[in-house]
Amino acid sequence: MKTFEYRTAAGLAAGLEPGAVFLAGGTNLVDLMKLGVATPDVLVDVNRLPLHEVSGLPDGGIRIGSAVRNSDLAADHRVRTAYPVLSQALLAGASGQLRNMATTGGNLLQRTRCRYFMDATMPCNKHRPGSGCPARDGDHRNLAILGGSPACVATHPSDMAVALAAVDAVVQVDGPAGQRSIPVTGLYRLPEDTPERDTVLEHGELITAVDLPALPVAARSTYRKARDRASYAFAAGSVAAALRVADGLVADVRLAFGAVAPKPWRAYVAEEALRGQPATEERFRAAADAELAAARPLRDNAYKIALIRNLTAAVLTALAEDVR
Amino acid sequence: MRLTVNGAQHHLVGLDPRTTLLDALREHLHLTGAKKGCDHGQCGACTVLLDGRRVNSCLILAITQQDAEVTTVEGLGRRGEPHPVQQGFLDHDGFQCGYCTPGQICSAIGMLDEAGKGWPSAVTEDDDLLSDREIRERMSGNLCRCGAYPAMVPAIRQAAGR
Amino acid sequence: MTSMLTRAVGAPLPRLEGPAKVSGAARYAAEYPQDRMAYGWIVQSPVARGRLDAVLTDPAEEDVLVVLWHGNAPHLEQTDDPELAVFQSDRIGYRGQPVALVVATSLEAARRAAQVIHLDIAAEEHDVELRADHPDRYTPESVVPDVPAVSGTGDAETALASAAVTVDVTYVTPPLHNNPMEPHATIARWDGQDLILYDSNQHPSGIAETLGTVFGLPAERVHVVTEHVGGGFGSKGSARPNAVLAALGSWVTGRPVQMALPRQAMFSMVGHRAPTVQHIRIGASQDGVLTAIDHQTHTQSSRLFEFVESASVVTRDVYPVPHLRTGHQVVRLDMPTPRWMRAPGEAPGMIALECAMDELAERLGADPLDLRLRNAPRHERVLRAGAERFGWSGRDPRPRRRRSGEWWTGTGMALATYPATAMPSTARVRALADDEYEVAIAATDLGTGARTILAQIAADELDVPVGRIHIRIGDSTLPRASVAGGSSGSASWGWAVTGACRELRSRGGREAVFDTTELVREQKEGQHACGAHFAEVRVSAVTGEIRVSRLFGMYDAGRILNPRTARAQFLGGMIMGMGMALHEESVLDPAQGTWVNHDLAEYHIPTHADVEWIDAAWLDEPETGLNPMGSKGIGEIGIVGSPAAILNAVHHATGVRIRDLPARLDKLL
Ligand SMILES: Cc1cc2nc3c(=O)[nH]c(=O)nc-3n(C[C@H](O)[C@H](O)[C@H](O)COP(=O)(O)OP(=O)(O)OC[C@H]3O[C@@H](n4cnc5c(N)ncnc54)[C@H](O)[C@@H]3O)c2cc1C
Ligand code: SF4
Ligand code: FES
Ligand code: FES
Repeated sequence: MKTFEYRTAAGLAAGLEPGAVFLAGGTNLVDLMKLGVATPDVLVDVNRLPLHEVSGLPDGGIRIGSAVRNSDLAADHRVRTAYPVLSQALLAGASGQLRNMATTGGNLLQRTRCRYFMDATMPCNKHRPGSGCPARDGDHRNLAILGGSPACVATHPSDMAVALAAVDAVVQVDGPAGQRSIPVTGLYRLPEDTPERDTVLEHGELITAVDLPALPVAARSTYRKARDRASYAFAAGSVAAALRVADGLVADVRLAFGAVAPKPWRAYVAEEALRGQPATEERFRAAADAELAAARPLRDNAYKIALIRNLTAAVLTALAEDVR
Repeated sequence: MRLTVNGAQHHLVGLDPRTTLLDALREHLHLTGAKKGCDHGQCGACTVLLDGRRVNSCLILAITQQDAEVTTVEGLGRRGEPHPVQQGFLDHDGFQCGYCTPGQICSAIGMLDEAGKGWPSAVTEDDDLLSDREIRERMSGNLCRCGAYPAMVPAIRQAAGR
Repeated sequence: MTSMLTRAVGAPLPRLEGPAKVSGAARYAAEYPQDRMAYGWIVQSPVARGRLDAVLTDPAEEDVLVVLWHGNAPHLEQTDDPELAVFQSDRIGYRGQPVALVVATSLEAARRAAQVIHLDIAAEEHDVELRADHPDRYTPESVVPDVPAVSGTGDAETALASAAVTVDVTYVTPPLHNNPMEPHATIARWDGQDLILYDSNQHPSGIAETLGTVFGLPAERVHVVTEHVGGGFGSKGSARPNAVLAALGSWVTGRPVQMALPRQAMFSMVGHRAPTVQHIRIGASQDGVLTAIDHQTHTQSSRLFEFVESASVVTRDVYPVPHLRTGHQVVRLDMPTPRWMRAPGEAPGMIALECAMDELAERLGADPLDLRLRNAPRHERVLRAGAERFGWSGRDPRPRRRRSGEWWTGTGMALATYPATAMPSTARVRALADDEYEVAIAATDLGTGARTILAQIAADELDVPVGRIHIRIGDSTLPRASVAGGSSGSASWGWAVTGACRELRSRGGREAVFDTTELVREQKEGQHACGAHFAEVRVSAVTGEIRVSRLFGMYDAGRILNPRTARAQFLGGMIMGMGMALHEESVLDPAQGTWVNHDLAEYHIPTHADVEWIDAAWLDEPETGLNPMGSKGIGEIGIVGSPAAILNAVHHATGVRIRDLPARLDKLL
C-alpha cells in the first residue's frame, strides 16, 4: 500500500484533487490498495457526510443515502416490502461482516474481481492500460459473455447493482460541475478500448444517493444467484426480476442479469419479447434466449448462457405462480 | 491517534496511516486475539465488533475509527466468566486449531444481535431467524479450514438460548 | 495396571487449551511481542523460469532496513529441501518463488517496498502443463511416503483383456492447496549464536534440526517454540522458507524479525497437492468378483525437488485382487514444489478407485454396497454398520430418478482406508509434588487434540486424574518427537508417553525418559484404519448447484482415545473431502505460468452454509499388537473416499459422471 494523506470530506460538492479518491466502507478500496492495484495519494473519507439515511421520495419512491450500509439497507422495512429484489440481492452478496461495512455508493463502484486485475504483477488492461488482457486466453470462467471487448471481458461483481438496474434506480451525483442524475443502467461503460474506466463518473464526482422510483411491479420481485459454493462467493450468474401478470399475460416485467457483463445487464430485449405475452415458462425461456443471442462466450464460460436461461425461466415462473 | 478498545482508550503515537485496525490491534496494542487469515476480507478470522457491529478489521484503516468502540475477543465475558458464545464453543467443541475461533465468536455475537433486530438473511423464509440453516448462512463469512462448523452451530444455538 | 476408576482414555475430555483458544489468549507463532521487531515481506518471482540479474530498490521507501537477494544474501548450508536454499542462486524455478526479502521497521513499509522493487530478470520460456503424454515424463524410483512407484502381482493386462466386465476410465484431480487458516509464520531472534524461532509448524524437533543445518548450528542451539498451530494439513510438516527468511533477516539486521506469509504466497511457497491424471482399469467377473486392477497415475513436481503424489498406492491395499498393476509417472515442470496435503496419495487415489468401482457397479447392475462387500472383506463390518445407520438398503440404483421440486437427489458411497503407523519419539515424565506429573514431549497440537489425549494417556498410566498431569509440548527443547503427520501423532507420542509413565512406575524415582525407536522398528506392518463414507446430495436442475444433504462416515480406527476430539477429526476430514469433490481447484494459466486464483475469495473451501447434516460413528475396538493404546490414526481417513461418495451420489442424482474435479455447476448444466 502506497502512503497517502487522509482527510474527511469537507462537503458534498467539494471535488477531488488529482490522485485523490473517496473512501466509504473501504472493503474494496483498501483491499485493492493492499494489493498495490489502487494507489491513491489522498483518501477522502465520506463516512462523516450526512448520507446515512433511507428516506421517502414525494412520488412514493425511496432515496438511499450513498453511505447507507448494505446490511441496514437489506433490513429496511420499506425496501423489503416494496423492492424485495434489492434486499435479496444485498443479502446474497459478500458476508455479514462485509455488508456491515459496505456502502451503497461503494458497492456500485466496486471493481471487477477478474483474477488478473486483482494481481498487480499480472498484465491487465484495466489496471495497466496497454498491458494486454490475459483473461481472454487464460482464466475467464467467471468473465463476460455480453458486452466485452477484445481489450477486456471483465464482469461487474455487484449483486446489488443488478437489482438496482432492474428497478430503474437513479444515481444522484454531486460534483464540482454541479449535480446530475444518472440511471444505474447508464452508470457503467462498456470497456471498448478503454477498460480502465468503469463508469461515466468524472473524477471528483460524489454519489450522494440512489433513488428508487415508485414502481408497483417491484413489490413482486426477486433475486436469485447461482454460485460455486453455498455462501460467501461471487455470482456465477444471477437474475433480478419483477413481474406483473394480468389475465395470464405479462403486464409488466423487469429483468436484469448479473455476472455476465461488465455491468449489470438490463435485459431489455427479453422484457420487450415478453410484454403482453402469455406468462409461461416456455416464453420466459425464449425471452432469455432472445437476450442471450448477443452473447459471445469464450472457451470456458458458455455455461453462463444455460445458467441465465434456466434462472430466468425459474425466477419468472415462480413469480408468475405467486400471483396466481 | 486514538483508539478505544475493550473500554480502554489508547494513544498511538506516530502510527502509519496505512495501518489497518487489525494490525493496530495485533502489532501495536498486542491484542492478538483477532487473527489474520487472509488480510483481504475473505475469511473472517479478523472479525471484531465496531460499535457493536461485526466487521472485518483487516479492511478497515485504524485512522478512520478514532471515535469508535472496538471490542475484540479479549474484551468478551465478565470477571473471568466467559461470554455465553465462548461457553457454547467450549461446551460443544466448536473449534480445533482455534485460529478462526476468535473471529467466529465475535461474528456470532454480532450475528445474534442482528437476528435480534429482525434482520433477514439470504435464507430467511419465516420468523425463525435462528434455525440451524439461518445460523449457517449468517456465519458463512467465517471460514474454518479445520471444519469445526458442525460443532459451532449447536454452540451458537445454545448461546441464543435454544 | 490401569484402574477403571481413573480411566481417562476413551472419555470425551474437553480440550485442555479450550479456554485459551476461546478467549484469544492462545498464542500462535506471529504473536510474541519483541523489542524492536522488524517485519519481513517477500518479493516473489513474476516469471516461471529465468534468471534474476539484479534487484533495484526505490530509495524513497523509508524504514527499510535491508533488502536481501542472491546478490547479497549470506551463504546457507544445503539441506535435502532445495526450497530452503533461499537467495543462493540466480535461477528462478517457478512463479512465486521468493527472490528477495525486504525487512523494514513496519509491516506497511515492508509490504510497499516489496511491491515497488524492480527485478531485473531474464525470463525464459516455461513449461507448466501436466499432460499424461508429456515427453519428459518418467517413472520415479519411489513415491510418497517412500514406497516403490511401481507394483505388480499376477498379469493384469491379460486378466483385463479376458474379464467379463471392465471399466476403463481416467479421472483428473486439480492442484489443491492446504490453506490452513493460520498462514505460515515465524518470528526469529538471534541470541548470540543461538537462534530462537516462534514458528508455526507440525514438527518443532525437525524444524530445529533443519534450521540448524541451514545455519551451520547444532540442533540444540536452535530453539523452536510452537505453542499453538492454526492448522497445517501437511503444509507445515517440515521447515518452510518463512523460517529461513525470518532467521536470515534477523541475522542481517540484528533485530527480531517477523515473517508471516501473505495468504497469496501460500499458493506457491509452502506446498500443495499436485494435480493427477489417473488412468484406472478394473476387471470383474459377471457376478461381481474383481479379477484385475490397473491404476496408473500421472503427476507433476517442480524443477527443484521430486515429490510424487502417490495416488496409485492406495489401490495396492483396498481390494485383494489376483492381478494388480499400479504405477506412477511424474514430469518436472516450472511450477512450485508439491508437498504433503492431508492423506497425500490416498485422497486423490481413492477418488479414481472408488468412482471407477461405482462405474463398475453400474455396469454390472450391482448395488455399490454389495460390490464392496463382495470384494473388500476387511471393510465388511464398517460397511454393514455404516449402511445400516445411513439407511442405504432399498436404494434404487438407477440414476436420475428422484426429484423433489427442482432438485435431483441421489446417494453414493465409497470406502476409506489409511495406514496405521507410528514413528520414533521420546517422552519424559517427571513426578512433581502432590502426586502431580509433568509430561514433556516436543509434539504439537494442530487442533487434533494431541495435548488432551496425551494427558489422558498419562493419567491412566500413572493412575491419577487428568488434572494432575501437566503437559508440555510445542517446544524443540523437549524430548524429540516425530512429525504431526501421516495420522501418526497420537500413536507415536502416546507410545512414548506410555513408555515413560510405565518406566517411572516400575523403576520409581522422579523422572523417566522413554524412546520408542526400537519398539517402532518392530511394529506390525501393513495395518490400516478403514471406513466407509455415505453421501446424499441434491442437484438443482435449474442451476446445476450441488448441495450435500447428508454425509456420513463409519470408521474402524482401533481404540478411540477421545471421542470428542476424534469426532472433530473425522468430520473435519470429511468436510475437506467435500471441498475436494465440489469446490477446490487451483486454476492454472499456462501462459502466465501460475495459478491465478491465489486467495480465499477465489479458491473456495466449504463455508458454514455448505455443511448441512454430517455425522461420524466408529467401531471402538482396540487393535492389538500395534501400539500400547491400541489406536490407529484418524486425522486423514475422513478425506479418503468422502469425495468419491459425493461424486457417486451426484451421478446417482443426475446421471452425469464427472471425471474431472471439482464437480461444479458448469459441468451439470
Ligand atoms: C471477500 C469479499 C466477498 C465479496 N462478495 C461480494 C458478493 O458476493 N457480491 C457483491 O455484490 N459484492 C461482494 N463483495 C464486494 C463488496 O460488496 C464491496 O466491496 C462493497 O460493496 C464496496 O463498498 P464500500 O463502501 O466498502 O466501498 P469502498 O471500498 O469504500 O469504495 C469502492 C469504490 O467506490 C468509490 N466510492 C465509494 N463511495 C463513493 C461515493 N459516495 N461516491 C463516489 N465514489 C465512491 C471509492 O472511491 C472506491 O473506488 C465482496 C467483497 C469481498 C472483500
Ligand atoms: S478481462 Fe479486463 S480486468 Fe481481466 S485481465 Fe482482461 S483487461 Fe484485465
Ligand atoms: S483476515 Fe480479515 S477477513 Fe481474513
Ligand atoms: S478451528 Fe482451525 S480453522 Fe477453525
